[in-house]
Amino acid sequence: MPLLEIKNLHAEVDGRKILNGLDLTVEKGSVHAIMGPNGSGKSTLAHVLAGKDGYEVTEGSVRFDGEDLLALEPDARAANGLFLAFQYPLEIPGVATMTFLRTAINAQRKRRGEAELLVPDFMRRVREAAKHLGIDQDMLRRGVNVGFSGGEKKRNEVLQMALLEPRLCVLDETDSGLDIDALKIVAEGVNRLRAPERAFVVITHYQRLLNHIVPDVVHVLSRGRIVRTGGKELALELEARGYAQYQEEMA
Amino acid sequence: MTVRAQGAVQGAVQAAVKTAAEQQLAASWQQAKSRLPGPLLLRATAFERFAAAGLPHRRVEEWKYTDLRALMRDAKPLAGAPDAEAKARARTAGEALASSIEARRIVFVDGAFMPDLSDLHGLEAGLTIGSLAQALAAGDETVTTQVGKTVPSEDVALALNTAFMGDGVVIRIAPGVALARPIALVFFNSGARPAAVFTRSLALIGNGARAMLVESHEGANGADDQVNTALELKVGDDAHVDHIKITGKGAGALHVSTLMAAIGARVRFNEFLFTSGASVVRNQLFVRFEGEGTVAGIRGASLLKGREHADTTLVVEHVARACTSREIFKSVLDGESRSVFQGRITVAPQAQKTDAKMSAHALLLSETAEADSKPELEIYADDVQCGHGSTAGALDQDLLFYLKARGIPAKEAEALLIQAFIGEAVEGLEHAGLRDALIDQVAAWLKARG
Repeated sequence: MPLLEIKNLHAEVDGRKILNGLDLTVEKGSVHAIMGPNGSGKSTLAHVLAGKDGYEVTEGSVRFDGEDLLALEPDARAANGLFLAFQYPLEIPGVATMTFLRTAINAQRKRRGEAELLVPDFMRRVREAAKHLGIDQDMLRRGVNVGFSGGEKKRNEVLQMALLEPRLCVLDETDSGLDIDALKIVAEGVNRLRAPERAFVVITHYQRLLNHIVPDVVHVLSRGRIVRTGGKELALELEARGYAQYQEEMA
Repeated sequence: MTVRAQGAVQGAVQAAVKTAAEQQLAASWQQAKSRLPGPLLLRATAFERFAAAGLPHRRVEEWKYTDLRALMRDAKPLAGAPDAEAKARARTAGEALASSIEARRIVFVDGAFMPDLSDLHGLEAGLTIGSLAQALAAGDETVTTQVGKTVPSEDVALALNTAFMGDGVVIRIAPGVALARPIALVFFNSGARPAAVFTRSLALIGNGARAMLVESHEGANGADDQVNTALELKVGDDAHVDHIKITGKGAGALHVSTLMAAIGARVRFNEFLFTSGASVVRNQLFVRFEGEGTVAGIRGASLLKGREHADTTLVVEHVARACTSREIFKSVLDGESRSVFQGRITVAPQAQKTDAKMSAHALLLSETAEADSKPELEIYADDVQCGHGSTAGALDQDLLFYLKARGIPAKEAEALLIQAFIGEAVEGLEHAGLRDALIDQVAAWLKARG
């Protein structure tokens, strides 16, 4: 059974059709890249998967490990193992990063019927994951993402990903706003999480990120549909030729 | 209206006392004036002020959002001396909070000072704690000359307090004395019968002294009491003073509170108001910075639900140079509750280098809650930094989604964001034990909200 199976997905935002019959199948252990021009529906796909209000699915289905994903609230999707790394991680003044992490981990465990993580165990896990990502203790004590640079916010997303141990990670334009050094740290963090039971959907406009997170499959998204699928060399082709041919095909 | 012949004033007096509550207050005055302790002239002058103006109503700008004339359908009879049963109920009032901060607990029942319920053992040298009623009856001159003079005000609710004040506490702290323990002033309404409670307290804090006063108002549930309480705080130079007022469940169906604070030079002063669970609350604060170089925080948090109403009216006067004040007020509103913030900072011409920033923020959790905010700055000096900000809004849906996307259920996500919102005000408290106690109260409120 595929981990994620999207069939004929149609979705609207404010009455505007953004996804128009999208099909996508992702197997465990694989890394899929979704590339496309601005406005092709990349971020909409990410938000529909995570369950954001205002994204209305009008047709089609999404099955996550065989279950109807669209029937679940966002927090239940997360507890089932879906993780969305935000393109623009939000700042939450007054909520310390440590509190946020512990609340999230324990809420997910509770929903899955697991015992809460003991504090020393939690602290050890955070320290370890943070060390790899170059996140210092001071950042963990501050409000979530408050005063963080763009790179620090993205590293914090990867830290959450590492601690929540999801089965499917959707990375929404994780490369946006990152310089090359920050990009490398983030990509290394993601690569460390690659595992036979875990899959990734990497959404990006540019091929650059895919030099560091090497995909198994590359899809081209245009006007709300997958219009081409290939291997990692497809990303290089897109980088050389641009998206113009796909936009024209649809016109 | 300002210039009138004597006869015309008499006419106005008759005209102003007209509602049932106003007439009952006038009747209470006639009955009680001869037996209330202390100089009659002080009380009579104050009562005349009330008689001329009547209860404040919505056309009185300072009371625009808390219309006392409309809210007071009647005036309750003055509270009598508490009986044994009332005192028994007060035995553990405020004990949990007081012990969590290791405070010396001073108890009042229906406005009367209860030495036998209070912890008066081993008072620090230089600290005295006594009854206001006794001080007035004994003609204690420092008390009779100080009452109403700390920060003079023409406010009618305060005038009523001056006319009817029954008891309260007089605290004196000698210069240079640092209190080892906070003082918890526990005002308990026994709920024996609906009553009007008028308390007046004075705290005279000497130069260089250190004190923390935690005033709490609570009571037996469902009582229809009308509470009018006032505190005059005179703080000497170089002192360090915290005053916290907690207005909770049973603080009165109608609770009107006045703080008058006159602050000396180079003082560290922190004022904090925590309001949750009371029906109608008006906290009015008159704070005057009279000496230079003082640093002050005046903060508050209100958690309101149902039809609760909380009004914070703040008048801060900078009359001395180079004082810094930060005013931060946060309210969380559910149901049909209403919060009012009126804040005025005035900076006198000589108060150069004043640094004052005031903000009021309301978080509306329901469609039917209402927040009114009226910040004002009156600046007569030219070299100052002053600002104010005010917001009212719902929880940020994008933040909620971010938390839910991490697996946190909606209610828990809301609670986290509400705690964070309140946190900015609560974190201003210096005493960690008290801060934790109030954070626990916020958590309990959120839990009860379900």
